[in-house]
Amino acid sequence: MTDLAGNQLLLEIVYLIASALFILSLKWMSSPRTARHGIWAGELGMLLAIGGTLLHHGIVDYKWIVIALVIGSGIGVPLGFVHMTAVPQRTALSHAFGALCVTLVGTAEFYLRTPNVPPFMMTVLSMEVILGSLTFTGSLMAAGKLQELLPQRPITYKGQNFVNLFFLAIAIGLAVYLVLHPGARQVFPLMVIIPLIFGVLMIIPIGGADMPTVISLLNSYAGLSAAAMGFVLDSKLLIIAGALDGSSGFILSVIMSKAMNRSFTNVLFGAFGQVQPAAAAGQEEKTVRTATAEEAAGILAAANRVVIVPGYGMAVAQAQHKVRELYDALTKRGVDVRFAIHPVAGRMPGHMNVLLAEADIPYDKLIEMDDINGDFPQTDVALVIGANDVTNPAARTDQSSPIFGMPILDVDKARTVMVIKRSMSPGFAGIDNPLYYLDHTLMLFGDAKAFVNSIVHELAGNTH
Amino acid sequence: MSSALLNGLFVFMLAGFIGFEIIKRVSPLLHTPLMSLTNALDAIAVLGAILLVGEHKSNLSFVLGVVAVIAATSNVVGGFLITDRMLKMFKTSRPTKP
Repeated sequence: MTDLAGNQLLLEIVYLIASALFILSLKWMSSPRTARHGIWAGELGMLLAIGGTLLHHGIVDYKWIVIALVIGSGIGVPLGFVHMTAVPQRTALSHAFGALCVTLVGTAEFYLRTPNVPPFMMTVLSMEVILGSLTFTGSLMAAGKLQELLPQRPITYKGQNFVNLFFLAIAIGLAVYLVLHPGARQVFPLMVIIPLIFGVLMIIPIGGADMPTVISLLNSYAGLSAAAMGFVLDSKLLIIAGALDGSSGFILSVIMSKAMNRSFTNVLFGAFGQVQPAAAAGQEEKTVRTATAEEAAGILAAANRVVIVPGYGMAVAQAQHKVRELYDALTKRGVDVRFAIHPVAGRMPGHMNVLLAEADIPYDKLIEMDDINGDFPQTDVALVIGANDVTNPAARTDQSSPIFGMPILDVDKARTVMVIKRSMSPGFAGIDNPLYYLDHTLMLFGDAKAFVNSIVHELAGNTH
Repeated sequence: MSSALLNGLFVFMLAGFIGFEIIKRVSPLLHTPLMSLTNALDAIAVLGAILLVGEHKSNLSFVLGVVAVIAATSNVVGGFLITDRMLKMFKTSRPTKP
């Protein structure tokens, strides 16, 4: 090993400390009690690394660095203060920004180094640029769908997977060509453009319900592209940060795909948006029982144990603060109220937890699926607010159902089930939910926010 | 293959395993802030962009670098801010308020 000059050595030590801080930062995320230390560790590591780099060798131009840092912060601050319901699209957007940075740096490095790029270097550089650019457009598309700028419905056509794989194959072919001919300056732009198109095509067939998996997957790609950039720049800090981000996204996508009963290959190959044909059989004879807010309030007030099951519908209706009032009103009467959180409820991993925490609901009342499923038989009332497929008992019993095998919340085992829903229209996957036709299920038709509000009013009226 | 790249592979492998073990332990409660935090940490890519701007080796690398610094900085600032806001909201019911 060659000896490093004093300054260089100092910088490497700073990067070493920053790496340790990054790892600690994620370690402290394991519990809500220590999580905020995690942010401080991350911020300190980032500050040290940026500060150290600015004092680094060959920098001749500080003016534009400062200008760019200021503009970037100017964009970052509003992105840090978006409304909590907009967090999924904000996250997708930040994946896009991260990937944009990586792609641009990769492109610049290529044109600085060509034609003297050794094969292995060109391989990681290609990985960096391909993953970066497909993540860039893919994340922009996801953000557009989540913000409802683009149609949320999955768009599918015949041979879609073939077309997508074709584009991916071309991109890989170009990469191989560049590894063999690193001086091919005119070929390089194609290796950016083709994955940009692929990123768009990849997200077109994705529906809203698949977003948690897709966001996690894009997270993973963004991390891997940053790690590849670390190889290109020979920066261990960047390799570590990229590997941490990549494995985080990977683990989350595995958790999400398990929670939707899809194999991981199914997710990787982008087949996840497929619309299954809805079983359009025998809808005629089924009847549902309905209840008014007054009746619902009466049942809730008489209950000992209530489990609330929130879903994306609660987020859409912005009903979380009203749900908090309901929680307060019931808790005051001595009712034990808890929340059952399905891993894929909402539009990104952990979405429901953040919304309910925003509404000041204590996090020890938010219970994961595996921990609460055994309690449903002892639950007096299961109140479903804006969730559908994650409560569908057909996933347990009906082998012909498209969601058969998906782990669900066993709300049907509660003594009484109440479902707040706008109408009888089926959920996103277009699958009918037998839960609604059970004898002990009461349908509460209406807007989630308005209906919860009237239940709260009824409960308040009854106390006097 | 140079020894620098080989070293890089070792680092990548070890960091991947560490990441896997650590993140498996993150409570599902915090999966959303986890994602915004890793996003902010990932924006350490800003270092590469800063060098491109500062060293000004060619006009192309300079311009791409400026845009890259802007994109990554917005992630650093926005990522840490929103993660902090989210984590501040998580409260437990156990400690009784006066």
